Amino acid sequence: MIGFDELARRFAGLDRVELTRWVENRWLLPDEEGGHWVFREVDIARVELILDIRRECAVDDEAMPLVLSLLDQLYSLRRQLRRLSDALEAQPPEVQAAIRHALPKAGQRGG
Amino acid sequence: MATQTPYEVLGVKPDASADDIRKAYRKLAKEFHPDLNPGKPAAEARFKAVTAAHDIVSDPEKRARYDRGEIDESGAERPRYSYRPHAEGAQGWKYQPHGEMDMDDLDDLFAMFGRGGGRGGAGSARGARGAQGAGGGFAMPGPDRHFTLTIDFAEAATGGKKRLALSPEEWLDVTIPPGIEQGQILRLKGKGGPGVGGGPQGAPPGDALIEVLVAPHPFFRRDGDDIHVELPVSLPEAVIGARVSVPTVSGPVTMTIPKGSDTGTRLRLRGKGIHHKRGGHETTGDQYVTLKVMIGAGDDPELAEFLKTWAEKHPTDPRRGMGSAAPSGAAQGTKS
Repeated sequence: MIGFDELARRFAGLDRVELTRWVENRWLLPDEEGGHWVFREVDIARVELILDIRRECAVDDEAMPLVLSLLDQLYSLRRQLRRLSDALEAQPPEVQAAIRHALPKAGQRGG
Repeated sequence: MATQTPYEVLGVKPDASADDIRKAYRKLAKEFHPDLNPGKPAAEARFKAVTAAHDIVSDPEKRARYDRGEIDESGAERPRYSYRPHAEGAQGWKYQPHGEMDMDDLDDLFAMFGRGGGRGGAGSARGARGAQGAGGGFAMPGPDRHFTLTIDFAEAATGGKKRLALSPEEWLDVTIPPGIEQGQILRLKGKGGPGVGGGPQGAPPGDALIEVLVAPHPFFRRDGDDIHVELPVSLPEAVIGARVSVPTVSGPVTMTIPKGSDTGTRLRLRGKGIHHKRGGHETTGDQYVTLKVMIGAGDDPELAEFLKTWAEKHPTDPRRGMGSAAPSGAAQGTKS
């Protein structure tokens, strides 16, 4: 867990004003401790993600919220799927077999 | 305490120019050089730090990588934070659009796929039982299926029925409305994939979406509801006039070519265009016939002889209006 200053120093090429704006835009969601922002590993990883998307995919500030929102939705789905798959794995074999049977095969639906 | 950044070590701002960095480095290097500070380990340590910092920020590539957080103060690769494990890890929930879902209650999952109804009061066990039990609850409409169908020009103009084979055993009968245009999409309700769940009445199936492609015609051309065609006529037909047969999308019709016609003369066949209903009222286009005089006689001495005499009596210049009437130089034209 690091504070704003340390985060800003870690990404020296990133303007502090810009970093502040990311938080204000809610692209970054630091926790608050004693009236200060604190950033966890997930937040640091997210700064890298935003920098990567911006540099490598040439996504500008206007498109960024859309990209982040889509990514967040995707990860949200993956989390749910993981929980579901954990739950399925914990089922006895006959329940798993029944679910397998009920799943339409890939390509069975759709043209 | 956090390590100093190379900029802090050198006492410059992160956006300092290469020149400023070099000046700052020279000054500090002189100040702390071990040869000038014998027996002072603190100075030696500072000197090493200054040199290491300079190594990074004096090299544009290293400096850029440092600025992006890819390498640390010592120039070592920083561990890359892959976002996925964090997003899916314990801290990731805060970036999720709806926060943490309560998956103890399966209804939340079902709700994601359009199942209405509340989850209030339903205990987890009851919720799960309800979903499996009557087969009710979980309902997902079937997916749409997409196809393309190529029809010929006349079919697009007059409409008709077409059979679209999906597989050797399955086909769709498609009614083509008259006047359909290239790229228009026909929706056959309920002909898509089957729905999933939804109780005894079942979730509705999806639709079949058929994109219509119209094959180009060798001589008809369409402009909205009108049809254009270029009609070759012989020299006598154009000069003397004639009654000729003209193809239309609804079959051949007889048309009078007035005497004294020429290449480019445009005649209209009223009501022979595309006939269809649009927005409740019927409309009918016309067919426009543009004449194209074909001499077709090749090298005919009789015609040549006649025209020589005729031309002497009727001097005419069809190139009037194309600039200079008197040619200034001669060029030999050849048949290509």
